[in-house]
Amino acid sequence: MTDVIIPQVAGGEYAHVHEEHGPTGLMKWITTTDHKVIGMSYMITSVALFYIAGLLALGIRVQLTTPHGTFISFQQYNELFTMHGSIMMYLFAGPFAFGGLANYIVPLQVGAPDMAFPRLNALSYWLYLGGSIMMLMGFGVAGGTADFGWVAYAPLSTSTYTPGLGEDLWIMALVLTGFSAIFTGVNLIATIFYLRAPGMTMFRMPIFTWNMLVTGILILIAFPVLTAALVMLFCDRHFGTKIYAVTGCHTTAGIVDAHACGSAVLWQNLFWFFGHPEVYILALPFFGIATEIFPVFSRKPVFGYKGMVFATMSIAALSTGVWAHHMFTTGTVLLPFFSLMSLLIAVPTGIKFFNWIGTMWRGQLVYTTPMLMSIGFLFAFLMGGVTGVMLASPPIDFFVHTTYFVVAHFHQVLFGTAVFAGFAGFYYWYPKMFGRMLNDRLGKVHFVLLFVGFWVTFIPQYVLGLHGMPRRVASYPTGLGWQSWNIASTIGAFMIATSFMVLLVNVWVSWRYPVPAGDNPWDAHTLEWFTTSPPPHHNYTHLPQIRSERPTWDYNHPDAPTILHRHGPGHPNGHGPYAGDGGGPTHGNGSAGVAPGVPAT
Amino acid sequence: MKVESAFLLGIATFFGVISISYWFTSYEDGGTMMLVGATALGVLPGCYYYFWHRRFRGSKYFFWGKTDRVVGTRPEDRDDARIEDGAGVISAFPGSSVWPFVFGSGAFVFLLAFVFGVWLAAVGISLIVTALVGVTAESRRGGRH
Repeated sequence: MTDVIIPQVAGGEYAHVHEEHGPTGLMKWITTTDHKVIGMSYMITSVALFYIAGLLALGIRVQLTTPHGTFISFQQYNELFTMHGSIMMYLFAGPFAFGGLANYIVPLQVGAPDMAFPRLNALSYWLYLGGSIMMLMGFGVAGGTADFGWVAYAPLSTSTYTPGLGEDLWIMALVLTGFSAIFTGVNLIATIFYLRAPGMTMFRMPIFTWNMLVTGILILIAFPVLTAALVMLFCDRHFGTKIYAVTGCHTTAGIVDAHACGSAVLWQNLFWFFGHPEVYILALPFFGIATEIFPVFSRKPVFGYKGMVFATMSIAALSTGVWAHHMFTTGTVLLPFFSLMSLLIAVPTGIKFFNWIGTMWRGQLVYTTPMLMSIGFLFAFLMGGVTGVMLASPPIDFFVHTTYFVVAHFHQVLFGTAVFAGFAGFYYWYPKMFGRMLNDRLGKVHFVLLFVGFWVTFIPQYVLGLHGMPRRVASYPTGLGWQSWNIASTIGAFMIATSFMVLLVNVWVSWRYPVPAGDNPWDAHTLEWFTTSPPPHHNYTHLPQIRSERPTWDYNHPDAPTILHRHGPGHPNGHGPYAGDGGGPTHGNGSAGVAPGVPAT
Repeated sequence: MKVESAFLLGIATFFGVISISYWFTSYEDGGTMMLVGATALGVLPGCYYYFWHRRFRGSKYFFWGKTDRVVGTRPEDRDDARIEDGAGVISAFPGSSVWPFVFGSGAFVFLLAFVFGVWLAAVGISLIVTALVGVTAESRRGGRH
């Protein structure tokens, strides 16, 4: 339990610090403060929860396949869609991105030995795990899990209408995971501001790291509001406050006493002030993943680096000013303000799309699984984004707000980001994390099944929405023409489920018959591919000179550097691979670019 | 530090403008308060970083006053910095620690007390206090130089 001090030694090398003999086995996992182990734990937990929530979704689809479905009871249906939404939103998509991938990748990308606050990082994970267990405990208590939807609208969520233990567990679980997210946000920002390697200026950071920085800020803006709102909700439920409650505040004459009454719309304001940034907390990391993958498999630098950075900032800034576009139909919000702000988000998102396409334009595209997944993300998110622009217009929103149209839009946005881009990142960084490859052919089978299943599932839901099928119904009458579309949607859902079985097979194959990955199997650009796979404790034994946003590429390709730097000895064409005349991993005049332990690729 | 502070002060400016325009178009207090909070989130650390950015370059305060303690720009802020420029101790990183797990378990049990019964709070708070004491002792004892 001794602190390990990481000296940075002249000559471009970190001194190799042997960790003292610590605990082993389970205790080693419990006491770890290594960002890689914590990131991995986050990812395994969140992907396991993703499979559970996926199973719940299949239950929903089976129930809706036939009119008057009898697969589950109405109560169970409510629990199913609530837990599906809650697990996917709070416990999978966010933690997978900023707890898992970012935790693992961001310190590597900026050349840091660990996160800024390793113990706080470990605490984040334990709070997240506790929150996940607490939410799942709802399945075991009398009255079942929470059943008020993942948005928990008051007054439905007050004790008058949903008095169960499951609801209380749900609230407390979100308090725990909320704190976990806040701590991770603080940790990411501090790591990026304070632990960058020399020469890694802010505008040389990989786009993924930039997006995680902006996500960290968004977390700090959004999550405290959610936690506060949840605490107030709990007080309403148990301590007799009347913040959201609208019952029991009538005078004896039956007239509403405004001073004794809470405001149900207040919950919506608070929740969506969290909820809309949350959508971008879920989206921005995945934008970052796609932005890492497109340049690598197009064999080009990213097109419009600064445009990407400023687009990310604009999206994040605008996303905090649009919360009430979820509340157009309440009639209590300022329509022009929120409509304008929502429509404006399309501009920076469009910039990103053009930059992604510009990155691929005239590149030498390599269609590996991560690249295919990222292209799938482009299509999926474009569709979700365009229908989002439609919904930002109040006249359209008034008509489709409570229909399946919104469900389809929402799933296309989040499936596009969290699943397509998320698993693109999984395929992309898996070799770095485990030192072995995933099978590319199985990966392509996964992609094709997922891509087809995705459209077959959600396009029918748009049609259903336009035909007037409301969301959150467990049963619908015959004769409305809804059944065939629902059957199609269910078939699609099972295709998606099958595709994720293929992923399990792929992981098993990689575990059973390992194919060594080497340090840089993709010939990638950013710093994390410079170190070994998996990286050693405290990440780097030495670092290359950082002269662009593609240090590893510059090191491995001294004849094709990203930029021609103006200053002398660091010039990649001049004095060899960057370390110049100052010691470090340099070998004379240049073209070899091979450092000990770093195979030239 | 310059880009960091500009980043945060940019957030402050944006939310400042938005909170003013939101207030004068809607007169809705809840949303305005949250936007003002977001403004403060940008102002406070932004000014802090700006202060240090000036300080590194020899200013005593934000704009006025000089000090002789010039630290210079950090290596990670210079685009011509070499890895050797960062030589020296980066930071102290705890090797391993059981206290985050104890604290996390304590928080878990403590919040369960709100659902299942107050008696659980005794267990939860004990674990949290133990963890706080433990982590403080560990930090003080740790191998600093």
